[in-house]
Amino acid sequence: MHGEILRRLAIAIPQLLIMTFITFLLIDLAPGDILAQYRFDPRISQKTIKALEDKYHFDKPVFVQYGYWLVNFCKGDLGYSFSRNAPVTAVILERVGNTFLLGIFALVFTWAIAIPLGVFAAVRQYSWTDRIMSFISYFGMSLPSFFLALLLMYLIYLASGIPLIGSLPISGMVSAGFDQFPWHRKILDIGAHLMLPTIVLTVGALASLQRIARGNMLEELRKNYITTARAKGLPENRVVYGHALRNAINPLITLFGFSFSDLLSGAALLEIIINWPGLGSCMLAAVRSQDTFLVMGSMLMGGGMLVLGNLLADVLLIISDPRVRS
Amino acid sequence: MSRNFLHTNRAFEKFKKHSLAVTGLWVLVFLYVCMLFAEFIAPYNLDNGNRALSFQPPSPLHFIHNNSFAFPPVVHPLSYRFNQLFEREFIEDTTLSLALSFFTAGDAVKLFGCIPIRHHLFGVNDPTGTTRVYLFGADGVGRDLFSRIVYGSRVSLTVGLAGVLITFLLGFIIGGMAGFYGGKIDWILMRTAECFMLVPSFFLMLALRSAFPMNLPSSTVYLLIILIMSFIGWASFSRIIRGMTLSIAKRDYVTAAKAIGASDARIILVHILPHTMSFSIVSLTLSIPGYILGESALSLIGLGIVDPAASWGNLLGGAMNVADIQYHPWILIPGVFIFITVMAFNFLGDGLRDALDPNR
Repeated sequence: MHGEILRRLAIAIPQLLIMTFITFLLIDLAPGDILAQYRFDPRISQKTIKALEDKYHFDKPVFVQYGYWLVNFCKGDLGYSFSRNAPVTAVILERVGNTFLLGIFALVFTWAIAIPLGVFAAVRQYSWTDRIMSFISYFGMSLPSFFLALLLMYLIYLASGIPLIGSLPISGMVSAGFDQFPWHRKILDIGAHLMLPTIVLTVGALASLQRIARGNMLEELRKNYITTARAKGLPENRVVYGHALRNAINPLITLFGFSFSDLLSGAALLEIIINWPGLGSCMLAAVRSQDTFLVMGSMLMGGGMLVLGNLLADVLLIISDPRVRS
Repeated sequence: MSRNFLHTNRAFEKFKKHSLAVTGLWVLVFLYVCMLFAEFIAPYNLDNGNRALSFQPPSPLHFIHNNSFAFPPVVHPLSYRFNQLFEREFIEDTTLSLALSFFTAGDAVKLFGCIPIRHHLFGVNDPTGTTRVYLFGADGVGRDLFSRIVYGSRVSLTVGLAGVLITFLLGFIIGGMAGFYGGKIDWILMRTAECFMLVPSFFLMLALRSAFPMNLPSSTVYLLIILIMSFIGWASFSRIIRGMTLSIAKRDYVTAAKAIGASDARIILVHILPHTMSFSIVSLTLSIPGYILGESALSLIGLGIVDPAASWGNLLGGAMNVADIQYHPWILIPGVFIFITVMAFNFLGDGLRDALDPNR
């Protein structure tokens, strides 16, 4: 199994690099480049521009440029972001943390709510609670995240008279004057800003996970060993939560990797809408200003997080399912 | 042939029992018919605005007029004044009342792009043109949001169908080839597919969009979005088709076809792929919402369809500013249409899955 994980990594990393190459070609196809704004700026001399071109090899053919990028990448240098006047690594590291924060919160909430709801719905199949929940999950599955975010913004505005809910922040990650806050207020402040995006991402992912958990649980409950367990007189709680649940969860863990991908995509759009300083909004700004190195860095990071998510799912599966280990 | 017919018939009977799916189907039929007759249903043209009516709230329809029931309902002209806080307030001028009428003469348009008509489904007969009926209110330049939603459905409702069609072709050809030939071809095609699944799709969408100029006309962007979305979507679909092809290719009748000397193309197209059809129909129906949402997302952040053209995403883009939602909440309405369409497709896809799956 360890070999399997290594083998996957060995394929995933070249694939990621191929994707960065495709991205590089795509940006090269687009008219204009990042230095265009420098060229039209009378304050910047032709000499400086020439020096920049030489330093980043903008005058060379695209394959050579990519070659230089690749060499620098191996040295751990992702280039320089002209739109932000900082090294790409620094810009991205700052952003990745914020996206991660959002992702982790959304994941924890989704799993903590969806699994119990799914199990509950399966145990009481076709009951009213099951039907209501399946209807709600259709609802949640179909509600676009961007629309939900805008709706919540409006609801929070409508609730402005109500304490706590009415004062929830609806955009950004920190309030004005954040730097002067004592540490405990800093945590509270970020926590308050996390509320809206976490709700949006959780609602989006909740529905499908709940449905799958319900399906798995139902399938498990129909198996022979459950009948055996019941026949030998085990209490129903132990049959459901001790026997069936453990087996129903395993297939879900593989799903974890995939849900991570959806989450990152969903979070990227949401970040743009609510001005969350994460990887998604960074990517959009980079694309708009044709900041090649920043776009490549963001792509690499987005892809890297996905690969990591999938690997994490594999490792978790090994821990939870002894059958996979051998 | 008769066996096939029986299967279809049984699937149809099963589908009819799935009440949510049937509802979803009818909702979609309604939306698509409205889309076809957009020029007739929309009371105003796409770009027919009146700046004096900027952000006019939805026109109140009075079903009770002069203490008696009125049908068609009556509308009063709206105009604004500033209150003490210097906020715009729309007030109805009750001295003037105009009845809503059906088949009203209005903007000259061409139905289906060729038949010139002047009459619209409904409207108000006001020769001065100052009284307008705005069912869903107005946008920033005083254009009818209802009309724009009706016209916008042309983009939002077709982008999914066109995108799915291309994905379907790409997925079939690539997945079928990979599964049938195996070996090196399979390895190369599938590793390439994985490349596209390795990056979060929204990032890929942005990168692909960035290869083209940002100020393209909306009609070009429309085609571009379809291409981009299918370029992203083919990977996962072709992987599943490949898996199914692998198992079908081992069956005896495929060997028999090979023995007779059927060409590879014939075996893949005639003997293998039809067996993946029921899966494909379900999977593609369920993936249409993804295309609709993708278009909406791109238009929402200003990289897709741009004003004066309309799509539901681009209309909802007007609501990106918090202050705009607070003062003019009706600009959120396009989002409701996206939601309803996505839900209808989800219901329909689920119903189709239950109906076409012989194991259920």
